[in-house]
Amino acid sequence: MRDVYIVGSAATAVAEHWDCSGPSLAAEAFAAALGPLAREQVGAMYVASALAGPLQTQAQLGAAVAAACGLPGVEAHAVEASGASGGVALRQAFLAVASGAHDLVAVVGVEKPSDVLDGRREAALALAGDPDWDAIHGATLTAQWALLMRRYMHVYGCRPEDFAPFPVNAHANGANNPGALYRFAITPEKVRSAPPVADPLSLLDCSTAADGAAVVLLAGEGLARELGGPRIRIAGSAVATDTPALHSRPDPLWLEAAARSSAAALRAAKLSAADVQVLEVTDPHGIAAALSLESSGFFERGSAVRAAADGAISPHGATPLATAGGCKARGDTVGATGVYQLVELVRQLRGEAGAAQVPGARVAFAQCLGGIGATAATHVLVADNA
Amino acid sequence: MELAKHWRVRSARYRLEGQRNRATGEVRFPPAPSATDDWEPLALSGRGTVYSFTVVHQPPDGYEDQAPYLLALVRLEEGPLVTAQLTDCDAEQAAIDMPVEMVTRKLRDLGPDGLIVYGYKFRPVLR
Repeated sequence: MRDVYIVGSAATAVAEHWDCSGPSLAAEAFAAALGPLAREQVGAMYVASALAGPLQTQAQLGAAVAAACGLPGVEAHAVEASGASGGVALRQAFLAVASGAHDLVAVVGVEKPSDVLDGRREAALALAGDPDWDAIHGATLTAQWALLMRRYMHVYGCRPEDFAPFPVNAHANGANNPGALYRFAITPEKVRSAPPVADPLSLLDCSTAADGAAVVLLAGEGLARELGGPRIRIAGSAVATDTPALHSRPDPLWLEAAARSSAAALRAAKLSAADVQVLEVTDPHGIAAALSLESSGFFERGSAVRAAADGAISPHGATPLATAGGCKARGDTVGATGVYQLVELVRQLRGEAGAAQVPGARVAFAQCLGGIGATAATHVLVADNA
Repeated sequence: MELAKHWRVRSARYRLEGQRNRATGEVRFPPAPSATDDWEPLALSGRGTVYSFTVVHQPPDGYEDQAPYLLALVRLEEGPLVTAQLTDCDAEQAAIDMPVEMVTRKLRDLGPDGLIVYGYKFRPVLR
């Protein structure tokens, strides 16, 4: 296995792109990510989307996106693992370069949820669960996070407003991201008084699904050296799974797939959670971020919410989170999220993250979850000395 | 029509039939396909307590007429957790650890050409 580097990255703004199809958004991001590279150098594409099947009625998204990107004939794969699609695609692409099968590959995340109304989107998102044993009861993904949030509050003795630091931090950072869906700050009081979506989750502790495409290009060491510039290495890469249904887990407040994949990725990187300087996780709600961070070893169980209130997740804290706005303010691109995460972390490791820059960041951690963590993909990035 | 996918889980949906491990006595629900004879069918009591609950205000397609509805994880007295709606219960009344019992109700209507799907929900234990 050889070292793998990120040699290009770009994303469209997250928005309601009424005038664009998924493949056209992907083509826009792909062209921007190429930079000095010729598209013909790309040996394979890994195209992540959670909802293209149920919402756009498009299968074979690999072929569709490759054609839209001007690469008909190229090897292309569609990758679906709900909200973890982007991270699982990245894992596949990483293996393709690490093995030597390809020198340059593209990871494309693309989602187009604005094509349908809320009810159909909620039903499509609920496909991440178990159709026979939870979706049939009207259990949406948001409702299942709400079940975990209320249980967490019961076990650890906290209130709904104690989760507000997560969306407040996300919006504070999103305000500085020109590509974010929501570019304004919110207050804890506004989170508390917003109408309920799935009690105790309020509207301002729930992400909004929106359209976008993000692309990262991975290369072997030789090509990465040739291209010059700061070298961002994928030092750890792992995917793990858990039961799709929450009720089948021995301890629902523990995301076992998050724990397994983060441990494996950090071990491969020969690093620990304490070495990580900037993070992206699946954070459509504060409870999702809290459980991901606790299960991945960044906080003791039951302590992530208090740590967030103490400022740990701000760009100047010890565990900076959602520096481009996260799922909440950047906008929830569902299956593309894992690739958007990488685009932001590359900005951080290159020192190009503007007002949300984490000073001196050299080690970054990205984790995306499918459903309630039935799939977890975790990657550790390291900025090598040029 | 989706007939087969609802028909094949009828024992679990209508009478909360789970499985018991012949060797260890462990009980599981929902029943899982098993390659061995280690697991035997077991009708569960239908009694349990609320592990957690939420009120769903943004329903998926097919559940608009039910919203807002109470969704819960219920800890059955035999041990397994089950996802189901609470019924005959106000949101203000619902609480973690509240004793509940299984009832059979309409889960959803699949439309003019489809099934009406029935199955278990849980209500507060009647005193």
